[in-house]
Amino acid sequence: MTTATTNLDVPVLTAKDFASDQDVRWCPGCGDYAILNQVRKVVAKMGNRKENTVFVSGIGCSSRFPYYMDTYGFHSIHGRAPGIATGIKLANPELDVWIVTGDGDGLSIGGNHLMHVLRRNVNVHILLFNNRIYGLTKGQYSPTSEEGKKTKSSPMGSIDMPLSPLSIAIASEASFVARAIDVDKNLAGVLERAGKHEGSAIVEIYQDCNIFNHKAFDYATAKDAKLDNILYLEHGKPLVFGKDNQKGITLDRTRKPKVVTLGEDGVTEDDLLVHDEGDESLAFLLSRLTYPDFPEPMGVFYRVEDDCYENLLEKQVEDAVKAKGPGNLADLYSAGDTYTVKD
Amino acid sequence: MAAGSVEAKGKAPLKDVTSAVVRFAGDSGDGMQLAGTQFTDTSAVVGNDVATLPDFPAEIRAPAGTVAGVSGFQINFAATNIHTPGDVVNALIAMNPAAFKAHIDDVEQGGIVVVNDSEFEKVNLRKAGYKEGYNPLDDEQINQKYKIYRVPITRLNEEALAETGMGAKDIGRCKNMFALGLIYWMYDRPLDTTIGYLEDYFGKKKKKPEVAAANVKALKSGFYFGETAEMFPVRYHVAKAPISPGTYRKITGNEALAMGLVTGAKLAEKTLIYCSYPITPASDILHNLAAMRNLGVKTFQAEDEIAAVCSAIGASFGGQLGVTGTSGPGLALKSEALGLAVITELPMIVVNVQRGGPSTGLPTKTEQSDLLQAMYGRNGDCPIVVLAPKSPADCFDIAIEAVRIAFRHMLPVVILSDGYLANGAEPWPIPDPTSFDKIEIPAPPSPESFHAYSRDENLSRPWAAPGMAGLEHRIGGLEKQNLTGNVSYDPENHQEMTDLRHAKIDKVGEFIPALEPYGSPSGDLLVLGWGGTYGSILTAVDHARQEGHKVSAAHLRYLNPLPKNLGEVLGRFKKVLIPELNVGQLRLLIRGKFLIDARGLNKVQGKPFLIEEIEQAITLMLDGTWGPSESLTPRHHQVSSESWGG
Ligand code: SF4
Repeated sequence: MTTATTNLDVPVLTAKDFASDQDVRWCPGCGDYAILNQVRKVVAKMGNRKENTVFVSGIGCSSRFPYYMDTYGFHSIHGRAPGIATGIKLANPELDVWIVTGDGDGLSIGGNHLMHVLRRNVNVHILLFNNRIYGLTKGQYSPTSEEGKKTKSSPMGSIDMPLSPLSIAIASEASFVARAIDVDKNLAGVLERAGKHEGSAIVEIYQDCNIFNHKAFDYATAKDAKLDNILYLEHGKPLVFGKDNQKGITLDRTRKPKVVTLGEDGVTEDDLLVHDEGDESLAFLLSRLTYPDFPEPMGVFYRVEDDCYENLLEKQVEDAVKAKGPGNLADLYSAGDTYTVKD
Repeated sequence: MAAGSVEAKGKAPLKDVTSAVVRFAGDSGDGMQLAGTQFTDTSAVVGNDVATLPDFPAEIRAPAGTVAGVSGFQINFAATNIHTPGDVVNALIAMNPAAFKAHIDDVEQGGIVVVNDSEFEKVNLRKAGYKEGYNPLDDEQINQKYKIYRVPITRLNEEALAETGMGAKDIGRCKNMFALGLIYWMYDRPLDTTIGYLEDYFGKKKKKPEVAAANVKALKSGFYFGETAEMFPVRYHVAKAPISPGTYRKITGNEALAMGLVTGAKLAEKTLIYCSYPITPASDILHNLAAMRNLGVKTFQAEDEIAAVCSAIGASFGGQLGVTGTSGPGLALKSEALGLAVITELPMIVVNVQRGGPSTGLPTKTEQSDLLQAMYGRNGDCPIVVLAPKSPADCFDIAIEAVRIAFRHMLPVVILSDGYLANGAEPWPIPDPTSFDKIEIPAPPSPESFHAYSRDENLSRPWAAPGMAGLEHRIGGLEKQNLTGNVSYDPENHQEMTDLRHAKIDKVGEFIPALEPYGSPSGDLLVLGWGGTYGSILTAVDHARQEGHKVSAAHLRYLNPLPKNLGEVLGRFKKVLIPELNVGQLRLLIRGKFLIDARGLNKVQGKPFLIEEIEQAITLMLDGTWGPSESLTPRHHQVSSESWGG
């Protein structure tokens, strides 16, 4: 359909163009608002066309997201957005497909699908809003809630061990793994890189549930404290953090990560681990660093280029046509033994 | 043994019969399915009408020699038109004691039983569960009841292939062909179809010409053994059936479904995207379609049943034809997503190849017990179109019809096949692909007048797929406001939308053909069926009519919506009998909707109805001896007013 002439006519879209006419209905102060604003900006900046963009979600507060984007959207059922999104990509590999999910939707009821969409490397961008609580059902503990968390369904404290979404993503062969925070300045950059990645990209976004788990990420967002508690990843740069960039991560003699202070005990930058986005083991190690023992890494943990599932499938179709010729129904019907009955 | 005789056809006289039912039975490793399908192909090629019933063990490799590991293949071939694989077996080929034990009761009195005598030794008899020191072949009663032919197939096959230089194991693998050759001789069939197959499959495809040669040799040796052994007093000949001229092939229900889906997609100019999770007995549809990439077919083996249905829904939302296939337990897992397909009004298809339930049930056996699950097995008031093919070849037509309905009416369609249709085969007149009407898909309105839930004359909403500029919209599982498609919690709107979803199904009813009873338009008894029971019902009704009874048959291919004239048809008969391979699911619907005293013949024994069972039920209905019960169940093939199911 696109021709050179129409291309010239295509106006540049802004974040506003991606806002649908629906009132946004998250609770006031919910972290989802900040994410929505950034996503609108990023898709506009990426030069996306509205008609070629699809947002798919499951169930939960975050899953209302598609209604607020003036693109194609599918608010599906609990945990199943990866299945729906995979089908969309099989039908039309050209589309830019985003999955919006949460810690309940993506890691609990939909955990299986998340694992498989990642390992297949379907070209979708997955935004996992992690607020460590079930918001829509009014405040039960989730798969990422900390042990001992008291909620309506765990009045004596949760006895569930929380999991790390990014450890799971890396183990599931995701080709792009990143983390950001709803209100942090690095969100836009991470989203843009995820959006441009060819393959299954997952971004865990720490999101404040203002109502049921407010300030869960205070340690990572509070002005004075955050620099000691998070670490911005940069490819090829040593793992340094802290208010004055004086702290870093190194490996001890048993190859366990350790926080060190530059200048103390003769520690220099050369002793620190250097971030390498192509190093899967390092990415896994980073995904295990948790507050308060460690700063929590932000940015791109891991990135590798690999063939996308929907393209491989298209290629099989093309290869089969090349090898056998374009099939036709008459030949299909009469494959195998046929016989003719005469008068 | 009279070796060396080369007289062309042996000395046994040839006797004409109009039909015969042969069953091959052996260990699951004995190659009985191959022997059976080859016999079927040959019989079809010589011009008989054929119907088959494969019978697989549930275990892939149950311990060799046990009854649990017996695999069977039954074929009915005839000089007349037939519709079922046959009630009783005229000739059984039993490759070991377990096969003998599992199948001997189905052989007619005086029937032929060819046994592989080599295997009837102590260990195998024990494995089959016969008591120490007992060999059924020596049992006088059994020898009086059947014509037992003791052929040492294993040994004869070894001797025939001794000089091929192949190992003992490979030689042993050819004994099914020896047995097949012998039965070809007995039923006067040519060998060329099977020789062609063996040379093509083992010789060309597997690149093992020596295996092909050995199999051909075994086949011929079996045939010559029949000629020369002077063991068999008579051979049988089944003449050509009066089949309309044309080109045919043999087709199973699963093959037909796969081809029908591809055809439907082509007629609609859409890509078929078949998303499925492997499950017996539906997996062959996935296998068939996976081999059709050069026809543009995309198959997706999902991680589970839920992902399979969701990706099919996604594919349809994405603008192509999403189809998912499964069996009963898988349909249960897909039910929430089917509700999503209903509320989002997307065109997609679910194939359910029914098997014995509940739960894992009887995975390899046939049953019709998912009708109510298909009709109602979802949360909320969630109507869905349900179609059911009546024969293996009809699976082709029903698949095209499903695609047509899904696109015309913008809704999901369930196809209820079953294990019997899926694996059973019949001759199929190869259609001309240009003879089908195109499937038109209305173009969505222009951006200015577009609403995601506007309605056309069929109450269908427009299908605007991502990629179409100006038609961006959001859909989902929350209730939609009619016209705009926006989320709506308005009580009146929910009522309106619920009514609309039902009205859409009614609209489908305006396109389906009126029900035409087979036989007379009115009478004493109507035998009403659906799905795979068609052949048995038709034949039984035919027999009853030949005896002068005022009985007709009617068969439902559309279960939801039902044909509009069904109530009127039912009203023209004094009594209604509904045979089903379940405990009475269609009967419940018919009684509920039409308030008539329909009676049921119901069985769930893993097998299709015998014609005889339906005949007995017809007799009980007509002579007034049925009694008060709403349904009767055949026990050991006998139906009486005492024989209730549950
Ligand atoms: S409940 Fe929490 S996550 Fe949900 S909208 Fe309100 S603040 Fe946001």
